[in-house]
Amino acid sequence: MATITLTISALPAHVRTARLMAATVARRAGIAASAIDEIRLAVGEACSRAVAAHKLHCPTQPILLQLIDDSGTDPVSDPRTDTSSRTLRANGSATRRFEVVVSDRAPAKDTEETANHLEPLLDGLFLDGEDTPPGGISGFSPGLGLAVITGLADEVTIEPNDAGTVVRMSWPLQADQTQNPSSN
Amino acid sequence: MDLKLDHYTEGDTEIVVVEGEIDVYTAPRLRELLIDLVNKGNFHLVVNMEKVEFLDSTGLGVLVGGLKRVRAHDGTLDLVCTQERILKIFRITGLTKVFGIHSSVQEAIDKRSSK
Repeated sequence: MATITLTISALPAHVRTARLMAATVARRAGIAASAIDEIRLAVGEACSRAVAAHKLHCPTQPILLQLIDDSGTDPVSDPRTDTSSRTLRANGSATRRFEVVVSDRAPAKDTEETANHLEPLLDGLFLDGEDTPPGGISGFSPGLGLAVITGLADEVTIEPNDAGTVVRMSWPLQADQTQNPSSN
Repeated sequence: MDLKLDHYTEGDTEIVVVEGEIDVYTAPRLRELLIDLVNKGNFHLVVNMEKVEFLDSTGLGVLVGGLKRVRAHDGTLDLVCTQERILKIFRITGLTKVFGIHSSVQEAIDKRSSK
């Protein structure tokens, strides 16, 4: 298992950097070409949501992006860890996955969006101009962003708590593509 | 790639040409352009998205905002898009039912004229 961690300031300009890095790492991990676009978009949405939340609540705090390649091809990984994680996989039905975790530090109780909440989602759709909260990002609607994430990621969990929200997204890895260096 | 914006008049329609990436960083510029065009009395807009490489929910929000503005003046906002990767985002969010999506600028203008 290999992890790449990126910390970004809560600025819209950095969301693109996060997207590009996620797409690059996903490609290297062996994600199917058709899913790269989905990952790029879903990661962008998760980071945009985090940037918007930070802008309102804690603009100086950074946002954490973790890209976890569970392909087991990391040559420097500890063999014991590798074995145990393989056993875990063999026991469970879960295939090897590429996981992206976006963690923000904005208190979740103030950001009224959850993936299952349809009303605010529809309201958010029409967020524009006059409706943008003070300090918010014009045109950005958190509900719509989450709807896009849930539509794109193979598995999603959104864990809101007082210390911030953690969005976990993952996609299955194709075993036969994991070691293709030319796919970079 | 950054966002490039251009626009030109064709009859009573203003064509907005968008090139590059529409995301949380660049979308405010598109929003400003749409607002500016509406404020100047252009109520029939066609946004040509054939050269858009990336579109996220912020971009969608801006387009919906533009649609809301032109509709307030009985206007229209149609899109030109044939790229599957961009169309997919409209489908996921159900916005294919909200926007008229056409395969060329001419088709967008013709469809509106025939209404």
